[in-house]
Amino acid sequence: MKNISRNQILTLVFLPVFIGLLILAQAFLNPYYQRILNLCAIYSIFAVTFNLVFGYTGQFSLGHAGFAAIGAYISALLTLSPEQKAMNFFLKPILPVLENLQLPFFPTLIISGLGAALVGALIAWPALRLRGDYLAIATLGFSEIIRVLLVNMQSVTNGALGLKGIPGHTNLLWSWGWLIVCLFVVKRLVDSSYGRAMKAVRDDEVAAEALGVGLFKHKMMAFLVSSFFVGVAGGLLANLISTIDPKVFQFFLAYQIVGITVMGGMGSLTGSVIAACLYTIFLEALRPIESQFTIGSLTIPGIPGMRMVLFSIILLLVILFYRKGLMGNKEFSWDGLIKIFTKRKKKQVGSTGGTQP
Amino acid sequence: MTIESFLQNLTNGISLGALYALISIGYTMVYGILRLINFAHGDLVMLGAYFAFYGVALFLLPWWLAFPLAILLTTLIGIIIEKAAYKPLREFPRINLFAAAVAVAFLLENLAIVIFGGRPKAFARPAFLDQLLNIGKVSFVSYTPVIILTAIVLCTILILIINRTKAGIAMRALSKDIETTALMGVNTNRIIMFAFMLGSSLAAAGGILWAIKFPQINPLMGVMPGLKAFIAAVLGGIGNVWGAMIGGLLLGVVEIMLVAFFPQLAGYRDAFAYAILILLLLFRPTGIMGEVQAEKV
Repeated sequence: MKNISRNQILTLVFLPVFIGLLILAQAFLNPYYQRILNLCAIYSIFAVTFNLVFGYTGQFSLGHAGFAAIGAYISALLTLSPEQKAMNFFLKPILPVLENLQLPFFPTLIISGLGAALVGALIAWPALRLRGDYLAIATLGFSEIIRVLLVNMQSVTNGALGLKGIPGHTNLLWSWGWLIVCLFVVKRLVDSSYGRAMKAVRDDEVAAEALGVGLFKHKMMAFLVSSFFVGVAGGLLANLISTIDPKVFQFFLAYQIVGITVMGGMGSLTGSVIAACLYTIFLEALRPIESQFTIGSLTIPGIPGMRMVLFSIILLLVILFYRKGLMGNKEFSWDGLIKIFTKRKKKQVGSTGGTQP
Repeated sequence: MTIESFLQNLTNGISLGALYALISIGYTMVYGILRLINFAHGDLVMLGAYFAFYGVALFLLPWWLAFPLAILLTTLIGIIIEKAAYKPLREFPRINLFAAAVAVAFLLENLAIVIFGGRPKAFARPAFLDQLLNIGKVSFVSYTPVIILTAIVLCTILILIINRTKAGIAMRALSKDIETTALMGVNTNRIIMFAFMLGSSLAAAGGILWAIKFPQINPLMGVMPGLKAFIAAVLGGIGNVWGAMIGGLLLGVVEIMLVAFFPQLAGYRDAFAYAILILLLLFRPTGIMGEVQAEKV
């Protein structure tokens, strides 16, 4: 156990503390804040997995919305009670196989992830032959096809009406727990020899191939891991918001994920998490500006939609003037944090020292 | 299917395809030069339609004044977007440029919701575009031939600009190699601005014609035509102006015909466009007219 760094020790110490905090938050925090924190974790998973595929492997995939939709629908169909299903499917009866099927949450999420990964593999198998923008377009296309199928397969998905009354199994332990698992797996992956091969593919496909890196294998690996976790996150999302319909998973979701990841910094997993949390919290914090408020004797009427305008302006400003994103391609580390504090102390000592005669 | 209803669907498809073609030219020109998928392009379509609407409904301008003014305003906004959001990022990785385009699209849509209101508005067609015409047993509303003719005229003007003027030649040179073109003494910034100008004005014209064909406008109306036009641009071979026109026309006709021949597949109409796109990308990734580029190592 000699080669454990200070960083790892601090992480190991911090982890139980963090889980303790989560349990406390789950017990005492009001449901509104809990919901925001849950969303933070889900968007973080989206951003981290997008980072794996684009930031580390260089494959520009816009299919996240489709994978999330598959995860969400699988999880919704497996957790809805038979009575709720009967209430949902009043236009067209549900497929008999699904009618009485109900599973606990954990196996449901695993199946969600596996389902999304399977579809991911089916999409990636032909699409990974494409490069750059063409891959982006093809994956965007696949994700839209998934959405159109969801609208039309009424006996499975209830079509455009969506599914209502999905049990709210998702809580802070589930969502942040999965985020920690996802971060752990992705971090281990990108630090392994596979991860180095992925970065080689990102930096120069031709050179990587010439050095014997299997392009298809490594791209596929990134794609599978990413779509698995996106599927799980989709499941978590469905069991958080309790009502899903195909519109939730339009390509806007994919754009948002790109925006978050760029804001956090390409190739920085912790950056993705920080950006996702900031994005979610910020969007909620801006809510008051849409309602009426008074400054002195001046009453400003609420303007609906204003927070999205502000958000898009901020996103644009970050992209324009903070081009590397919040974290660049660096990771948050305890060593870095300690360094910041010790540096500041030294500076203070230096400055106070300088003023004394 | 009778020959009449076939012709009916064909004219319908061609007019839809002409609209896709007009919009997709903007995508293809920007992609050809900057390698940027300009996702904000679809929202310029929406802006064009709204400006025309307000020109007629609020400022009571006659349509022949309101429509060109709307195109002018939209073009101005297109240029501002290029200068403010895309130009500063030109030297950076393309994902940044793409993210900027997404942010601009977000901004335009949400601004439109705040300023124009989220509720759909009814776009009033000029009277002469609202008459029922009959040729033999084929009947159509008079806007159909006008849309097709306008699209043909605009595309011809564009082709002439690209092939016959100095700016057009410079634009073609830029799409081959920006650095070398700059060394030849071409003011690249001005030419890129010019490309955005042409693309935005065609998008605005497309938006007005779109509103004439489907006279209900809302702040998100540009998203769907934008994506379809983008598919059309890729179908034709992105970066190629002729390809964009052919791709747009093809997509419009195929979409209408598919629903006409197989009404039970109507729900899958949008998926079908993507399915064609993916099949084409797999077998001929550069599109119908695109050039195959050898990769430099």
